[in-house]
Amino acid sequence: MIALLIRDLRLAIRAGGGFGLGLAFFLIVVTLVPFGVGPESDILARIAPGILWVGALLACLLSLDRIFQLDFEDGSLDLLATAPLPMEGTVAIKALAHWLTTGLPMVLAAPALGVLLNMPAPGHLWVFVTLLLGTPALSMIGAFGAALTVGLKRGGLLLSLLVLPLYVPTLIFGAEAATRAIDGFDNAGPLMMLAGITLASVALLPFAAAAALRINLR
Amino acid sequence: MSAPKQRTRQARDNINWLWEWANPVKFMWFSGLVLPYLVGLTALVMATGMIWGFFFTPEAENFGSSVKILFVHVPSAFMAISAWFMMVVASVIWLIRRHHVSALAAKAAAPVGTVFTLIALATGALWGQPMWGTWWVWDPRLTVFLILFLFYLGYMALWAAIEDPDTAADLTAVLAIVGSVFAILSRYAVNFWNQGLHQGASLSLDAEENVSNDYWFPLLLVMVGFFLFFVTMIFIRTRAEIRLRRVHALELRERMADA
Repeated sequence: MIALLIRDLRLAIRAGGGFGLGLAFFLIVVTLVPFGVGPESDILARIAPGILWVGALLACLLSLDRIFQLDFEDGSLDLLATAPLPMEGTVAIKALAHWLTTGLPMVLAAPALGVLLNMPAPGHLWVFVTLLLGTPALSMIGAFGAALTVGLKRGGLLLSLLVLPLYVPTLIFGAEAATRAIDGFDNAGPLMMLAGITLASVALLPFAAAAALRINLR
Repeated sequence: MSAPKQRTRQARDNINWLWEWANPVKFMWFSGLVLPYLVGLTALVMATGMIWGFFFTPEAENFGSSVKILFVHVPSAFMAISAWFMMVVASVIWLIRRHHVSALAAKAAAPVGTVFTLIALATGALWGQPMWGTWWVWDPRLTVFLILFLFYLGYMALWAAIEDPDTAADLTAVLAIVGSVFAILSRYAVNFWNQGLHQGASLSLDAEENVSNDYWFPLLLVMVGFFLFFVTMIFIRTRAEIRLRRVHALELRERMADA
């Protein structure tokens, strides 16, 4: 399992595999929104957590098709399917590699980008915390979507149509928890729901994704 | 033979009797037999309910005649959710028992459910404009229906994208099951996120306050009509899908014979 994780990480970093691309896309989204809504800092401050969340979600979406597509094309996915490691484990490790290469950098960068949006001081901490709790779910749900569309020639657009509705609860609870903390309300409820979604996704979705992969490799 | 054993055998025979209907030939025979009656019954119930609802109910206080949109809005919203539920059940049956009719029925239900969702959204907007002064608000119920609409679109897109019919049936079935979990989750998430304008459930069997009987009876009739309409559509569309499969099989055989 660890060998597979290291292999995936190496591929992502060395082969121009979108390691920095997701982060750059995140930066661009955050830069574009003020151009769209205007530079008034109080408006930006109010919508900052939402922008950071939506930006992270879109950047995550951008790199999803890489989780299985390249391995499917060069046949290494077939090898992984026949390896002693169960398919569920492969899926979980690949989702973890995706999170380490796209989710984690964005979590670390989000507080810094919050400065661009004039986010109030407690927001930096809370956007960091909510993204840290929520992005693993985004990677895992995305891995499920990628498993569904792996055999398709042009699955990219379809992948977003399938995955984005699944992202709705995570986005709502994540952004809500950050916004409530900034406004000074108690945010334990949405925070726990967010953590619950992440844990449930990590626990259950590998089975669904592995089932989808087996169907696609049949 | 001991009594319990006999009972289990009887139960199994009953179940087997049920599964026989999953045979495409038998399904075609049965659906072809009942379809004309079903169409007639649907038309009768729908027409009665609609005419009663539109012309023979009083105008409600504060609502004017706009209240009559109720007779389209409520049943289509109800059927939009029921159609998804039926798709999930059919998908589970396909995954477990591998009856092709089941998978095709799920496929056939998706566009019908999508249209119901769209009708519910559109009539809701038309009703919301005079009542709330706005076409759209980010109210939990409205938002959930928009999300449901997106789920339907994704489900149909996945069916359309995959060439091999069995793979497509498998993958869409998995999507329908996972999607339902997230759809229910979204339902609670948006409740959390915003408390809206939409009134609570005005129709249930145990509630103390329901709509008045003046509306309740024609509404019930229209809902039955919509349900019959849905069943009719499923029969027609599933028959079309089965015939499409046969055509494909025949074409394939012909090509093999040519080669």
